[in-house]
Amino acid sequence: MAELSNQLMAFTVFAYLIAMICYAGEYAFGKRSVIGKAASRQLVGAGAPVIKQPTAPDGPVKPGRGEWSGRIAVAFTLLGFVLHLGTTVTRGLAAERMPWGNMYEYILSASLVGAAVWVGVLLRKPNLRHLGLFASLSLVVLLGAASLVAYTPVGPLVPALNSYWFIFHVSTIIISSGIFLIGAVPAAMFLIKNGYDEGKRSFPYTLAKRWPDAGALERLTFRLHAFAFPLFTFGALIAGPLWAEASWGRYWGWDPKEVWAFISWIVYAAYLHARATPSVKRTVATWIALLGFVTMLMNLFGVNLFFEGLHSYANAGD
Amino acid sequence: MTVVEDRPATADAPPPRRVNPLWALLRNSWRQLTSMRTALILLFLLAVAAVPGSIFPQRSVNRENVAEYFAAHPKLAPAIDRAFAFDVYSSPWFAAIYLLLFTSLIGCVLPRLRDHIRALRTVPPEAPKRMGRLPQHADGLESAQPAGETAVRVAATLRRKWFRVRVREQEDGSWTVSGEKGYLKETGNLLFHVALLSVLVGVGFGHWYGWHGNRLLVTGADQGFCNSLTQFDDVSLGPQVDASDLPNFCLKLTKFDATYQSTGQPKSYDATVAVSQNGGASESRSFTVNDPLRLDDANIHLLGQGYAPELKYTDRYGVSQTKVVPFLPVDGMLTSEGVAQFPDVNIDPKTNKRDDKLQMGFEGVFLPTGPTDGTARSEFPELNNPVLYLTAYQGDLGLDVGIPGSVYSLDRGQIDTGALKKIGGDRPYALKQGEKVTLEDGTTLEFVGVRQFATLSIRYDPTQFMLLIGAVLGLIGLMLSLSGHRRRVWFRVVPTAGDDARSSVIEAGGLPRTDYPGFGDEFTSLTRSLKEGTP
Ligand code: HEM
Repeated sequence: MAELSNQLMAFTVFAYLIAMICYAGEYAFGKRSVIGKAASRQLVGAGAPVIKQPTAPDGPVKPGRGEWSGRIAVAFTLLGFVLHLGTTVTRGLAAERMPWGNMYEYILSASLVGAAVWVGVLLRKPNLRHLGLFASLSLVVLLGAASLVAYTPVGPLVPALNSYWFIFHVSTIIISSGIFLIGAVPAAMFLIKNGYDEGKRSFPYTLAKRWPDAGALERLTFRLHAFAFPLFTFGALIAGPLWAEASWGRYWGWDPKEVWAFISWIVYAAYLHARATPSVKRTVATWIALLGFVTMLMNLFGVNLFFEGLHSYANAGD
Repeated sequence: MTVVEDRPATADAPPPRRVNPLWALLRNSWRQLTSMRTALILLFLLAVAAVPGSIFPQRSVNRENVAEYFAAHPKLAPAIDRAFAFDVYSSPWFAAIYLLLFTSLIGCVLPRLRDHIRALRTVPPEAPKRMGRLPQHADGLESAQPAGETAVRVAATLRRKWFRVRVREQEDGSWTVSGEKGYLKETGNLLFHVALLSVLVGVGFGHWYGWHGNRLLVTGADQGFCNSLTQFDDVSLGPQVDASDLPNFCLKLTKFDATYQSTGQPKSYDATVAVSQNGGASESRSFTVNDPLRLDDANIHLLGQGYAPELKYTDRYGVSQTKVVPFLPVDGMLTSEGVAQFPDVNIDPKTNKRDDKLQMGFEGVFLPTGPTDGTARSEFPELNNPVLYLTAYQGDLGLDVGIPGSVYSLDRGQIDTGALKKIGGDRPYALKQGEKVTLEDGTTLEFVGVRQFATLSIRYDPTQFMLLIGAVLGLIGLMLSLSGHRRRVWFRVVPTAGDDARSSVIEAGGLPRTDYPGFGDEFTSLTRSLKEGTP
């Protein structure tokens, strides 16, 4: 079962990678603009072979190559998500417990939540498909880093992790970090689109030509963060301390993981404040959200790799 | 010039109220401090200030790591220590930031609380003259009832949808209905910030009135422990706690069970103790890693475990002493290091004087499962083949100097100066359980047995439960605050002209008071329901 999980993991990354290439292809070939097609063809490179697909047999309007590329990308995203789910479930079955006992599994599960949110967005708002390049890029990078840097063989939980508070704590943090991580995608896109709208025409602003309206991106950013924030508050600042109290005797002890959860929480609170303050520009607020994203990454990777702490699952790869 | 010309004018008029510059400064600073911009900056400062605490080892987290850091960076460490790098979360600069934030929060919340209470008691305002200017607008909704009845019906619909409603009759015979909704957003927001304040206060009180200590407890009735300062390995009392405030209880570890996976990973720990509180009868209680033993005014948490070999030394006069000495685990397989010190041995019964040159110390490792390959690493954490590798030292152990040394290693200084000498060659003695070695001076050391020990953390925090309640209330407030939307709607009901006022026409307008993309849909469905409700 553990073997199966590892193989599925490889296929998952592969599927997301193809999806990413196809999204890139969609950018390059665009939907309508012939000029855009010509101008951006050089950018594709790796994407080119995949895009040579037969044209649509159905539909009244003949979709262009870009459109096809986009549809294939969505298909591969869905496939990748199913494989990703399979990887996580088989991992849990192999370990006979919830698959979040160490850093590898943690990233696996957190990115699964991110992928689920992304698939949900895709199904409900198909015109946000343009976010796909970034979403799949994040997934490929996260999963790739998990398997290369943090891979841990299947094992049981150490006694300290054997608690139902642990389940609440970790599941809510995984879900909220997944949403925070995916929330950085529309945040970055809003900043790029906003720059494009202000007349910037250099890279990366040129990417934003066919993206959804900046306001919609900004609202999506806010809604994802506003949803994840209370969940993160519960996971990191209520369930976490409850469990820490039962397990280590103190509800809060400034362990490096706790420090960085606190930092992320403060930064996201600052984002919510900044966004609620009319005198602060939306772009500034969004930069704060991206800063929050950096602190989350620091907590996922940096703290696990650089600092020693009580969180036993923080030890990468041993 | 103007000054001169102004003078006579002000002379007979009452002098304008001069603002005391100090007062003005204070007021301005207060306004600055309680502004949202300052709150943002302080939040950032707090986040940044928390970072060094994860980079440098913290005394509050792990003292040994700090000591190691001092040893590794002898120049840097004292310098950054002066900047509180090892006590970040109790440093004055960290405190300065959160106290400022705290003040800013109070200054921000109190006026908002006052305004909100006022807003809760004021009625929704009159409809604007020209509703066409509002972000949401609908016109010409027909009602088959007279204006007054229609207004009442509209108000009832709004009330059913949890709007606060005010119906007003106008002089021209028309009616207006004003509705407002979403007060819970601000209520929730205030609840969240007040809860945040209470949590901060609670943490402070917990720190003042709480205490905690650590104790390593070996199994066996002879190894009991009673809750008093001297019996802790280390202890820290809050500023408001006195040694006599500690609750009165005694513990004996009667049983300790550990189970392991075949890989050596621990599966479970289980400690059973005999506990007696306030001098009462002793009762047997069990606890595990995630399930502490909760006594009246203290909780006892199981943090870790290890082995304590029992050693019997028989000196040159035939007198024996037995000691149970905990060895500290250094790896997951419980390879453990420790030292057995026998300062009061080899005392000549004739003179009854201790000879400092004849004190004994044994240092080495304990392996619960001794390997077959001769290395000094345990192969499994269970007691499958317990082996002790010990090196014997004779001489002055240096225990009387008064400097508290580690109880897990010999005093290196004494060895370096030659006051304490290794005896019996370079290879350590290897002892299995029940075995005895005879040292070169004819004295013997016997490895009698092995006991388990548990490391316990004993704590009391009086505000813990209150904090939990504060945090949960805060979370509820946060969710209300993030999901709520303030909005106002107005309806103007005008009697239809030339119809003897038997029917009427409704004009509607809506204003979202917070960013609320779904308002358009809500407004549409509201006006539609009014239309459908027409008899
Ligand atoms: C300890 C630090 C603080 C934290 C963690 C914090 C957290 C939050 C959070 C998470 C929100 C979002 C809720 C929402 O958007 O409705 C919020 C809203 C708000 N906070 Fe704070 N806050 C803090 C301090 C302050 C201070 C010092 C002020 C006053 C200067 C303040 C004023 C506000 C206001 C006015 C809102 C409402 C924004 C809106 O209209 O939605 N907060 N706070």
